[in-house]
Amino acid sequence: MAEVAAAQTVAQHGQPPIVSKRDFLKLLTGSGAIIGTGALVWPFIDYMNPSKDVLALSSVEVDLTPIPAGQGITVSWRGKPVFVRHRTPEEVKKSQDTRVSDLLDPAPDSARVKPGHAPWVVVIGICTHLGCIPLGNKPTDPRGDYGGWFCPCHGSQYDTAGRVRRGPAPANLELPTYAFESDTKVKIG
Amino acid sequence: MAGLYKSEYKNPVVNWIDTRLPIFTMMGREYGTFPTPKNFNYFWNFGALAMITLAIMLATGIFLAMNYQPNTQMAFDSVERIMRDVNYGWLMRYVHMNGASMFFAVVYIHIFRGLYYGSYKYPRELLWMIGVVLLLLMMATAFMGYVLPWGQMSYWAATVITNLFSALPWVGHAVVTWLWGGFSVENPTLNRFYSLHYLLPFLIVGVAFLHVWALHITGSNNPLGIEPKGPQDTLPFHPYYTIKDSVGLCVYLIVFAILVFFAPNYLGHPDNYIPANPLATPAEIVPEWYFLPYYAILRSVPNKLGGVTLMFGSLLVLFVLPWLDTSPVRSCRFRPIYRQVIWLLVVAVIVLGFVGSHRPEGIWVVLGRVCTAYYFLHFLVILPVLGKLEKPLPLPESISRPVLPGGGGPIPSAATAKPMEKP
Repeated sequence: MAEVAAAQTVAQHGQPPIVSKRDFLKLLTGSGAIIGTGALVWPFIDYMNPSKDVLALSSVEVDLTPIPAGQGITVSWRGKPVFVRHRTPEEVKKSQDTRVSDLLDPAPDSARVKPGHAPWVVVIGICTHLGCIPLGNKPTDPRGDYGGWFCPCHGSQYDTAGRVRRGPAPANLELPTYAFESDTKVKIG
Repeated sequence: MAGLYKSEYKNPVVNWIDTRLPIFTMMGREYGTFPTPKNFNYFWNFGALAMITLAIMLATGIFLAMNYQPNTQMAFDSVERIMRDVNYGWLMRYVHMNGASMFFAVVYIHIFRGLYYGSYKYPRELLWMIGVVLLLLMMATAFMGYVLPWGQMSYWAATVITNLFSALPWVGHAVVTWLWGGFSVENPTLNRFYSLHYLLPFLIVGVAFLHVWALHITGSNNPLGIEPKGPQDTLPFHPYYTIKDSVGLCVYLIVFAILVFFAPNYLGHPDNYIPANPLATPAEIVPEWYFLPYYAILRSVPNKLGGVTLMFGSLLVLFVLPWLDTSPVRSCRFRPIYRQVIWLLVVAVIVLGFVGSHRPEGIWVVLGRVCTAYYFLHFLVILPVLGKLEKPLPLPESISRPVLPGGGGPIPSAATAKPMEKP
């Protein structure tokens, strides 16, 4: 049918049309079908995303007063461990003096903490290699050569700012979304 | 290389697959060029609509199962969580819930089509019987699904329906205890209903496959109820009936969407939004609309075993329908008396539906008994007798003959034997 229509148009205008009516109809039907299918499929995909009650549990508040300098705690946020570490002034100084060019995943210390809260490091406590939880919150834990965290699975080492210093981990410990609500209270998420 | 199939597909990838597994050839033969009587009306849409509804129910059901908890302590709340917290959970549940009603509506019209045009007669008896099996499976699935939200109606539906089996002589109570897995409807009952509610739809898929397979052996019936006499009486399934089914599907989905988006609870009962309470039965206890006629038959007999027997009998009689109807003419168009009598059956079933939704008092008791009697009279007396007495109208020679000048070409001589001749 398209050929017949095209032949008629050729006869009338002397040159073949670029788009026939049939092409237009096919395109219209096809795009309608694709949009319709997408509109049907989206609720099914979104159904599997976190539900509202799961999202409602996605922030935790942490009181910082009980954490002595040189130690950290682990809190659970969205089912993941989050390290909240209180660094000593020496640890802060050492971390700030580290040359960024020496790092595997370069980031200055200032990018790892909130302005004005240099002693406090808040990182997601999951090794960026294969998902183990590094040791080092307690002073008695192995902390590796850089005084931060040491992953028992494959020996990755992190400094006190959670930056990776020795592999196999490819990247620094991830930073969660967080904010200081006061000097002694932080809200994660 | 004896086992390889010679595929005619040009596309090399399609050809490679088709040579080893002739699925493209099969689909082309069964859904592409499949010769289908050319005179279908819109009643012939409902088989395809039922298939699509089954797919919708499976898809929404599998997703609902991701968030449902089959435990008496959590079931009700987990359904409310689906409604309020889960993304598009309200849509999944409303589609699934109203999908059950739409499924029964479609299947009841499909069954009426079979009754009106005699689709259950030779050679389609087995096709019809497989269909009755599908109906029974659907009813079991719908009932168990209705129990899962664990509202008041769920709980008391489970109690009442399982107690039907206590009418069995001698073993009744043992059977009911076995069904419950305890001494009342409790957690074990809910767990097994959930397990079976998930299983049965896949059985329905399997049996529906047999239903379609049997259909493709005998070919479809048609509004004239006579067999196609040759290619002049048929059309390829695609594009003619894929398009006709698509038109019907659009209308169907509009109705479905109106129900889901504007009246999602219209067909349900508010009592089912009250959590199950094993210590108090709701004042008005009625099944979903699609079970009302059977419920009315159950209550029309003032005897426990009698009511249960009649209720199951009203379904089982459909199995032997091909042998109860003694008329060799399929379509009601050529059966002047049956064409009127069949509407009495429809009226009786609809009245039974109303009877089922009212308390068995006064006029409703009488109506229920009259209609139940007519239901069985229709199948057990009228159908066998009418087939002998009724004088059918003359059947057309072929599907094409009455519509096309010249009858759409000459009829092959081998096929000019009397239409509807039983072998």
